[in-house]
Amino acid sequence: MSDTPSKAQASPQGDVKTDLQAGLKAGTLDELYAESEHWQVNAGGETIHAKRLPGRWRRIKWLAASVWLIFFLGPYVRWDGRQAVLFDIPNRQYHLFGATVLPQDFWMLSLLLLFFAILLAVATALAGRVYCGFFCFQTVWTDIFTLIEEWLEGDPRQRRAFDRAPLSLYKVRVKSVKHLLWVLIGFATGWSFVAWFYGALPLWRDFFTGQANSAVYAFVALFTAGTYLLAGWLREQVCFWLCPYARIQGVMLDRTTLVPAYDLTRGEPRGRLRKGQDVIAGQQGDCIDCNQCVAVCPTGIDIRAGQQEGCITCALCLDACDQVMDKINRPRGLIRYASLDELEGQRVRPMLLRARVWLYVGILVLSVLGIGYGFSTLVSIELNVLHERSPLFVELSDGSIQNKYTLKVLNKSNDDLQARIAVSSPVPIEVRGIEHDLRIRHGEVTPMMVFIRIEREHLTGESIPIFFTADATLPDGTEARAERESAFFAPEP
Amino acid sequence: MADENPFPGENNTGHFWDDNIRELRNPPPRWWMIAFWLSIAWWVLYGLLYPMWPTPPWKLEQTEQQHTRGMLGWTSIQEYKQGMEQVEQVRGQYEERIAQLSADEILADPGLLQYTIASSKVVFGDYCAACHGSGGQGNPGYPVLADNDWLWGGSLGKITETITGGRKGNMIGHQNILSEQEVDTLAQFAVDLSEGREASDEAWTLFNNKGCSGCHGPDATGVLGTLPTGDVITVGAANLTDRLWRFRPGGFESAKHTILYGVNQSGVEQTRDAVMPKFGGAGSAEGRLDENQIKKLAVYVHELGGGL
Ligand code: SF4
Ligand code: SF4
Repeated sequence: MSDTPSKAQASPQGDVKTDLQAGLKAGTLDELYAESEHWQVNAGGETIHAKRLPGRWRRIKWLAASVWLIFFLGPYVRWDGRQAVLFDIPNRQYHLFGATVLPQDFWMLSLLLLFFAILLAVATALAGRVYCGFFCFQTVWTDIFTLIEEWLEGDPRQRRAFDRAPLSLYKVRVKSVKHLLWVLIGFATGWSFVAWFYGALPLWRDFFTGQANSAVYAFVALFTAGTYLLAGWLREQVCFWLCPYARIQGVMLDRTTLVPAYDLTRGEPRGRLRKGQDVIAGQQGDCIDCNQCVAVCPTGIDIRAGQQEGCITCALCLDACDQVMDKINRPRGLIRYASLDELEGQRVRPMLLRARVWLYVGILVLSVLGIGYGFSTLVSIELNVLHERSPLFVELSDGSIQNKYTLKVLNKSNDDLQARIAVSSPVPIEVRGIEHDLRIRHGEVTPMMVFIRIEREHLTGESIPIFFTADATLPDGTEARAERESAFFAPEP
Repeated sequence: MADENPFPGENNTGHFWDDNIRELRNPPPRWWMIAFWLSIAWWVLYGLLYPMWPTPPWKLEQTEQQHTRGMLGWTSIQEYKQGMEQVEQVRGQYEERIAQLSADEILADPGLLQYTIASSKVVFGDYCAACHGSGGQGNPGYPVLADNDWLWGGSLGKITETITGGRKGNMIGHQNILSEQEVDTLAQFAVDLSEGREASDEAWTLFNNKGCSGCHGPDATGVLGTLPTGDVITVGAANLTDRLWRFRPGGFESAKHTILYGVNQSGVEQTRDAVMPKFGGAGSAEGRLDENQIKKLAVYVHELGGGL
């Protein structure tokens, strides 16, 4: 049931009519109904021209969408004289502020992907397609594209008329400006995308002089065309018919999921409000069938028909209906974020008391902790020790036993380093191969061979622990150290 | 069916299920049709640009399937060759330097050494591993390459010499020359020296008088002399004073066998076989490896762990 205390419910029915009448300014209703004439099932046959209304959710939507500014501005953030975040694919290293991540650290990427996948699933289970409605690039870019359309061609009614109007010089001019702007935004999108990988400054330098490689031009062209086509032409058709995520989200909703919903019990029976005509008490619900909720819907659906696949949870219909409710002096929230349970009057558990929510939070926290651990333990050098297997050991002339090891030293810092290798063991050993420091180039693995000999009388068993360490001094004076334990194998005594 | 169409005038196909579920004749959206025709156009274009359409063999003897060549002239074999060329280019720089440097100089250059070891692994696997084991661990009858016992010398130069020219050991069988008692004494002599015990004077005398020291050296180490370069002069005779046995498992019986029947004696049935084939001299019937390969292989063998 409605959670908003309704003044109308408390007052005698006679007052309702008075309230309704009093709330209407002359002409308002006619305007609303005039707009409502245009509606059809959205099968892609006709372009949806959604009406833009200011409101609470509209503001939230802008706020959420502005997160995408990071995408455009991010490549210009500098850190330590370098682009702060740079996915340097040719050199297979990823700079995230001070840290450099090499392919070896990619388990963190898995955790990051897990985090976002779970986050998406959690968000869907808790509040439906909120990602679609507020963050998705398809939604956001389409929103910007249609905003441009509105500036140039006017409101939805004018736009439809303009589309039908015969070709004229004026029409060609307006349309070409629109498409040019769309293409420009598409270009900026492709450009910014590539900048994350190529480096923003080199891109400015190389792109227009024709010095960037063909992959750069191909990607920018692809993104420009893609953005123009998807956000300019396909728009909500992507959310309806193309997006794979939209397909799977349907099964992730349940009775407790909050989605924009039309309060059937309060709204029905809907009926048009006519000036001077009495509303018969108890025969009409709060919905005055003004179709405002449909007019503003960017996917062109009628939320009053219930939750459906086309709804991207953008809540714009909430703004629209709330404004109508204000006008007719009824409480807001005829369309509101509500769960099926709530609408059907079932007991609704607060979110924080639901086991599922805590399970989700648990997984999210764990993966964040994992990533945090990964970053805090990022070391500059890494050491791996491979023990030779054939032969496992070699007997030498004097009866001592020799083992062969291949050390692989990985330099994850940004500078070439000199690594000092040291070996220790509980028994006396003779080491060959570590006399000189090992030059390790940054971002590379450098192998080296080490031979260890143990005199016959010092062999304490078939396997003796051996400890390897690699030390290097970074240019800023800090010491990096990597340690590995391996074993020395000997024949049965 | 059409007669009982409960939805007359509706654009349906006349197929009904459960009273009211029916199939409509709605056309696909326009963008969908555009994409459909674009994909077909793309397919045709692709077929024109790249090899695609099969054509029947033109000549009878031609069994191979023919196909259109495509306007871009692209072929997979050409792409493969280009890829190989790139690899050769990268290797070329190393190979060139290896050709110019001596084996000792390669050993002193860590980067080149890594390349040499990595690229020799395959050659070693092809030509050497069958006898000497994949890691140089040896096999019964074939010496271990990873230890530091070298009958013919373990310096880079000596190893190169061995690979290039091959080696053939030679020790006469003493079954008709020595008495049973003398054979036992000499075998025990070899075992004693190998285990670090003092050998009896009687044994030493026998060793010298019977001419063993002529090959195994006056001190039984297998070395006849040392050159100023550090290289040793040997005839490939075993060092009797170290713990390693040329013919494993070694020990008294094994030593006796070698003394009785010798090494590589033609006509002696139980003689020991010890022949290293010749790999060098490219162009000759035996020459299977070129100079660069031998140089690299020598470095590789040297670095198996026992190079001197
Ligand atoms: S029905 Fe409402 S919430 Fe859903 S897409 Fe349309 S406007 Fe957005
Ligand atoms: S739900 Fe609200 S906006 Fe939609 S038609 Fe009814 S009154 Fe109008």
